Amino acid sequence: MSDLNEMTLIASKGTLDWAYPPFILASTGIAMSKEVTVFCTFYGLNLLLKDLSHLRISPQGNPDMPMKMPFGPKWFQAIDFGPKIPNLFWNIPGLEFFATQMMKKTFKNNGMATIEELREICIDMGVKFIACEMTMGMFGFSREDFIEGIEFAGAATYLDVAHKSNQDLFI
Amino acid sequence: MTNQTLDMCGYACPMPILKTKQALASMSSREVIEVICTDQGSKKDFVAFCNQLGHKLISQRDEGNKIIFQIEKN
Repeated sequence: MSDLNEMTLIASKGTLDWAYPPFILASTGIAMSKEVTVFCTFYGLNLLLKDLSHLRISPQGNPDMPMKMPFGPKWFQAIDFGPKIPNLFWNIPGLEFFATQMMKKTFKNNGMATIEELREICIDMGVKFIACEMTMGMFGFSREDFIEGIEFAGAATYLDVAHKSNQDLFI
Repeated sequence: MTNQTLDMCGYACPMPILKTKQALASMSSREVIEVICTDQGSKKDFVAFCNQLGHKLISQRDEGNKIIFQIEKN
């Protein structure tokens, strides 16, 4: 067992797919008896909003996203439509919504928890969240938009926490 | 000799680890928990988990697509 038991994460992305890594790593960190702090900045602020239902994925400009259907016969589910669809196609209104629904179904089929569930677990287990005050102001969020029990601070606060930690990841 | 059984079949990473951690919290030292899961990644994850926290991974076996771990709390 190591005595260095602090971990910090910087969550900088706010799409549904990228919401998972910070919550997975933070909760697992706590499970492994670390003290975990997540600094949510820029689009990562979305992860701390009261309502997470707006989180989406975007196939637009995301050429490496495997695109397999979460329903139908096995041979059909094995087809990766990603490389077969020109990126321009994803400009059509409604397709981002469709892609998000398909991704959610894929998560569910694979036994993955929802983002709401994972965040709840993180909070219950004692993950500390810091919302970046500067980006909040920039994007026009107010403190009331965010969940209870989080800290509002800036880069210096994060760096002070990170200084004592031995695992720091930028996501 | 198992004190508690935790069925995490169908749950993906990190749920088996998180629920095991929570279950262990309510157990006493030297008690044994049996965790059953289907997440293949957990094979290595439970080794790391026990290693980090000082719990003893007594055994690990496959039964069909299920993986069964026995962990003794430190």
